[in-house]
Amino acid sequence: MSLRSPLGRVLGMGSAKDGTAHWWAQRVTAVALVPLTLWFVISLLALPGLDYDTVHAWASLPSSGFLSSLLVAVLAYHSYLGTIVIVEDYVTSILPKIVSLLLLRFAYVLSGGACIFAILRVAFGFSRL
Amino acid sequence: MPARARPTSPHWQIYRWQIGNSLSILHRVTGALLALGLIALSYWFVSLAGGADSYAAASRVFANPLGLLVLVGWTFAFLFHLLNGVRHLFWDAGRGFERTERHAGGWFAVFGAAALTLGVWIWVWHHLS
Repeated sequence: MSLRSPLGRVLGMGSAKDGTAHWWAQRVTAVALVPLTLWFVISLLALPGLDYDTVHAWASLPSSGFLSSLLVAVLAYHSYLGTIVIVEDYVTSILPKIVSLLLLRFAYVLSGGACIFAILRVAFGFSRL
Repeated sequence: MPARARPTSPHWQIYRWQIGNSLSILHRVTGALLALGLIALSYWFVSLAGGADSYAAASRVFANPLGLLVLVGWTFAFLFHLLNGVRHLFWDAGRGFERTERHAGGWFAVFGAAALTLGVWIWVWHHLS
């Protein structure tokens, strides 16, 4: 027998049954980002310059395209997990909260998607010369 | 009216500022700033995929004094979030909760991030500009 009231059930209150999933995903992506971000920063710093030809040649390498795509995907997910908590903490009224969470999701998919698409265009040689 | 006043927690402004709560706030602030950095990263990769002209335009945006200032800020935000994030992972593993460990780790994250930021930009100044 459930002790929850019918009203509570309709409003979707109570346990979401995935209490640790968000917390755990935040940690797993954090661990993954340590080598990925360090690889990205050190690779760029190791280039002889940051002009178009040098950077384009670097980004055309299979390893650069592969690891950059992974970096952006994991980074976007980790950042998304963090920023939704900020919104959930400080935006208290329900409608602004739902709207900002929705816009945040769209912004991450848009930004991360555009970035990965751009990386793949360069990696597969479809970028303009 | 209750028979006697219930104990209440002091208002949060009563508490003395310490390195623990300061760095906790800084971790969230740097995380939010880095979320904006993801948009800049997407812009940079999209400009690279767009060809030499769009890459040159993006480079001009990043290389103007205000752009450089923001990039230095993002460098510090990234390095602090990285070092402080590693502290969080240690705590998640149940380690480093002693007072001296917390304080030493906190100062290490702040000064380590500042020193590495300086190092990165001295490197950029000498090798990439």
